[in-house]
Amino acid sequence: MMLRQAPAPQDPGSQPVPEGAPALEVDSLTVEFPTRRGLLTAIDDVSIRIAPGEILGVVGESGAGKSITGLAVLGLLEAPGRIAKGEIRVGGRRVDTLSEDELTRVRGREMGAIFQDPLTALNPLFSIGAQLIETIRLHKPMSREAAQQKAVTLLREVGIPAPEDRLKQYPHQFSGGMRQRVVIALALAAEPQLIIADEPTTALDVSIQAQITTLLRRLCDEHRTGIMLVTHDMGVIAETADRVAVMYSGRVVETGRVEDVLHDPQHPYTRGLMAAIPSLHARSGTLAQIDGAMPRLNARPSGCAFHPRCPQAGPRCLRERPQLVPAARSEAACFIQDGGTE
Amino acid sequence: MMQINDPILTVDRVSKRFDVSAPWLNRVLEGKPRLLVNAVNEVSFTIARGSCFSIVGESGCGKSTVARLVTGLYATSGGDIRFGRGAEGRPVRVQMIFQDPHSSLNPRWRIGDIIAEPIREMKLRRDEAETTSRVEELLQTVGLAADDARKFPHEFSGGQRQRISIARALACEPELLVCDEPTSALDVSVQAQILNLMRRLQQELGLTYLFISHDLSVVRHMSDMIAVMYLGRIVEMAPVESLFNQPLHPYSQLLLNTIPDIHAPKRARCVDNGEPPSPLNPPSGCAFHPRCALATDACREAVPPLRDLSDGHKAACLLAG
Repeated sequence: MMLRQAPAPQDPGSQPVPEGAPALEVDSLTVEFPTRRGLLTAIDDVSIRIAPGEILGVVGESGAGKSITGLAVLGLLEAPGRIAKGEIRVGGRRVDTLSEDELTRVRGREMGAIFQDPLTALNPLFSIGAQLIETIRLHKPMSREAAQQKAVTLLREVGIPAPEDRLKQYPHQFSGGMRQRVVIALALAAEPQLIIADEPTTALDVSIQAQITTLLRRLCDEHRTGIMLVTHDMGVIAETADRVAVMYSGRVVETGRVEDVLHDPQHPYTRGLMAAIPSLHARSGTLAQIDGAMPRLNARPSGCAFHPRCPQAGPRCLRERPQLVPAARSEAACFIQDGGTE
Repeated sequence: MMQINDPILTVDRVSKRFDVSAPWLNRVLEGKPRLLVNAVNEVSFTIARGSCFSIVGESGCGKSTVARLVTGLYATSGGDIRFGRGAEGRPVRVQMIFQDPHSSLNPRWRIGDIIAEPIREMKLRRDEAETTSRVEELLQTVGLAADDARKFPHEFSGGQRQRISIARALACEPELLVCDEPTSALDVSVQAQILNLMRRLQQELGLTYLFISHDLSVVRHMSDMIAVMYLGRIVEMAPVESLFNQPLHPYSQLLLNTIPDIHAPKRARCVDNGEPPSPLNPPSGCAFHPRCALATDACREAVPPLRDLSDGHKAACLLAG
């Protein structure tokens, strides 16, 4: 984080925004990384919608493209990564076409970010108060005193005891869970419509993890913020999200309400993933396992990317790529639900 | 202590203190005190041959320190660690599997050399040809191909590297494997592969596991006995079913209550707001009392002993039972 002057008055936030627009709309997003060895497609035709006050869990294993999706929305893709196709709208306004200057103003005000490691997300050289006050004043013109008041309110809201005293302290004086609360307060500072939370609880212990997910849920309900919760942990999704999008090899393979997807998964990958998680209720002999590993970006199989690991794959899965179609109470991208695999 | 007829490992009131004081000159000039952390405090347990004993707890509770004490990577500050008799009357052989498969394999060595090192070092095979065939056999045991021996670690995925770590650990024919979070760095589908492999090896080779993990569902799947640690002490120790069905210590109850359950999404959880205290400045008496809803004055004064409450189910709580 840099300490900066308050922004110029002219900003894209003054444009009229349609009422009741979804917090986030991603339409057929494709993200590519041109490299010397060829073009790598990290995200392939992904569409996502998040309503205000809704938590969408984006779940997948390493390399599925879930974090890249979050970074693309935030406009933080690192070169040579680029959005090759698709549209991203936050609160009804397109953000993928904005210039870097405009993006800087939208980021933070319209969309907040929470990352995995709360220690690297905070500047170790500035007190928590200085960082909060700077962020608040960057997005909302107000006096230092008013901003300090607001900072205290924010810290209290995220459950930090004695916020007046804590403002003067530095990040190293906070525990991991408390630091993540500060990061959440920073993300909330400008009351954004959308928060991208990328593995927000992965670095934390279970009992602290429960505190943070409960906090995210409460803030989402109270502020009507849409949250995109990126995680590899089905448990976090089960406890926190309303809907879930399961990603595999750069595509969404199944999406639906959390209860439906967890209880009645339709895509063979989701089914395998659920069966691979050891149960808390009974001890099974052997866990169901999906053999093999997710394909690398430069060696993605033809047709459905999951077919080499799929027990039900047929000849059609090698030829064509399945699209998301309604399956039971959710949507799945699998030919078993879409005319057969022959 | 519960009687186990043929214990493979007995840990008897073992403690480990770490000196984390400032350097001597700073202590003299700035008058800083000596700082000692009691990472492990009078921990006792026994592991029966062929079983899986797990230690669970959150970061900083001392579970990995116990693993390192057992394997001899740390020297104890007090107490005894005794091993049972292994094959052919020699002492039990212990090997360790580490959490991070990326940093626990030497990137400049070929897989074959990584696995052959303990065989060569301990002179378990007579010549190089026998060693090579043993390495190939080990690779196949863990589900890799024999010609993977020529490759380097970077050519493998995380799950495959963990298989290599297991093959290396098996190379010296150990009876006891100490596994420190062996699947924490892996994705779920790969984790299932590794857990299944470990189960199969346990049955085929009659291995005993000391399994360290923070993941309760993995621990439930693997273990026979579970010890729950909090701030350097075992607060509860019980057979797996008994612990999951009827946790007696308030900390175990908190853990079981807060872990997400994929089979019961959005269940009402009571989430407490406390955090584990710093081991540098542990609370008096029962270390859990600042977070415990039931704590009384007695809890603040004395450290509760680990008592046998029913049929091998022990808890260190004055109010349990």
